[in-house]
Amino acid sequence: MSEQERKVVIPGEIIVEGEYLPGENTEKKDNAIISTRYGLAEIIQGLVRVIPLSGVYSPRVGNIVIGTIKDITLKGWLVDINTPTIAFLNVSEFPRFVNKGSLESFLDIDDIAIFKVIGVNSKGIELTMKGRGLMKIEKGMVFEINYTRVPRVIGREGSMVSLIKQKTGCNITVGQNGLVWVSGEDIEKELKARKMIEYIAENSFISGLTDKVNELFGEKNE
Amino acid sequence: MNYLERKMSEFKRPDGRKVDETRKIIAKVGVVPNADGSAMFAFGKTVAIAAVYGPKNMHPQHEQNPKQGTLRCTYSMNSFSVQDRIRPGPSRRSMEISEITTWALSPVVMLKNFPNTVVDVHINILQADASTRCAGINAASMALAHAGIPMKDLVTSISIGKLDKQLVVDVNKKEEDWEEGEGATDIAMSFTGSGELTHIQLDGHISNEELKTAIELGRATCKKIYEIQKKALKEAVKIEEEEE
Repeated sequence: MSEQERKVVIPGEIIVEGEYLPGENTEKKDNAIISTRYGLAEIIQGLVRVIPLSGVYSPRVGNIVIGTIKDITLKGWLVDINTPTIAFLNVSEFPRFVNKGSLESFLDIDDIAIFKVIGVNSKGIELTMKGRGLMKIEKGMVFEINYTRVPRVIGREGSMVSLIKQKTGCNITVGQNGLVWVSGEDIEKELKARKMIEYIAENSFISGLTDKVNELFGEKNE
Repeated sequence: MNYLERKMSEFKRPDGRKVDETRKIIAKVGVVPNADGSAMFAFGKTVAIAAVYGPKNMHPQHEQNPKQGTLRCTYSMNSFSVQDRIRPGPSRRSMEISEITTWALSPVVMLKNFPNTVVDVHINILQADASTRCAGINAASMALAHAGIPMKDLVTSISIGKLDKQLVVDVNKKEEDWEEGEGATDIAMSFTGSGELTHIQLDGHISNEELKTAIELGRATCKKIYEIQKKALKEAVKIEEEEE
């Protein structure tokens, strides 16, 4: 297997033998690198990793995610960000001063907001709302796509997302956990943006996807 | 293997198969669109589908394990899967097979990073013609991989039978009810892709020597089935690429 080329691997399959480093979703066994997940294997500068094709989202520090408030405790909010374990937002990580008696006046149960992951360990996931673009969602729509398709929706250096933004005039935030927030002038534009994002997510394996999206948009504008 | 070779030519199986020949195997993934991962596996007329959900929060809460995630398999036969209608719902037999399936699969799944969660595997038998637990384990292992659960290896399962004095691979219902000579012995066993035994069950009588031969025979057959499982998983991605 040469560098850059990707191939489908199944759990337990030997990806490559020799002097390589095991990366994400791989294990070293004797002199071979073995996949531990079903996905696409790639080798970059001697580091072998497997990009999963399915499964649940596992958060990493620095990820921007969209989540729903599930519960309020004395010290903060419990947030569902599409992970098996619930995430936590401490009051001190809220951008404004919050009186501990009135947490619900800032974020109530079932409110949706944009967060950033600042800590992941076996005890849980910690979030923050301090930062640019992190806020409570008040308008527009939120929908879910498969989180493994998020890189395709964003595109190389954000090219795909900016194309949709430019064509529909909507504001789009794609959470790493697969939740997408679209907000525009009217519902039709939002629905159009949503349709395009869902199309990209479903057809993420196609080559020349940007051209196809452009083509589809052309038809719809007529 | 001498024991096997000696008898190979003489023995006639009811459906005309060779003693080391399985029934026609069909393996597919992605058969249940709503599940996180799913697979179908068939040994001839025995058809099993498995659907995987999770990892998700474990309920009931007192069964949560803060050290690692839990694997929970549920085996059930559809009421129309056998000749006489069977009563739907859990029975003594199906609860035992659920537990056996969990034990067969748990050595390969790695749920260390998912504390307090559960991975639910639902196995449904659509049509039963013996070896249903083996078809179920094969389907479940493919479905787990398809759902993106971290695993050390796939698990492959096969039933080896002893009809009178002859070892055969992949018993069907007719052979399971064999009455001539010493009768039928049914040995269900599961191996990982690298050939390690994860589960073995035995109904009937067999000598130590023959059991060793049976395990070797099972291991060799599982290697072939493993290739079919592997192919099914790999093709699922290719189809996506071509279609889209």
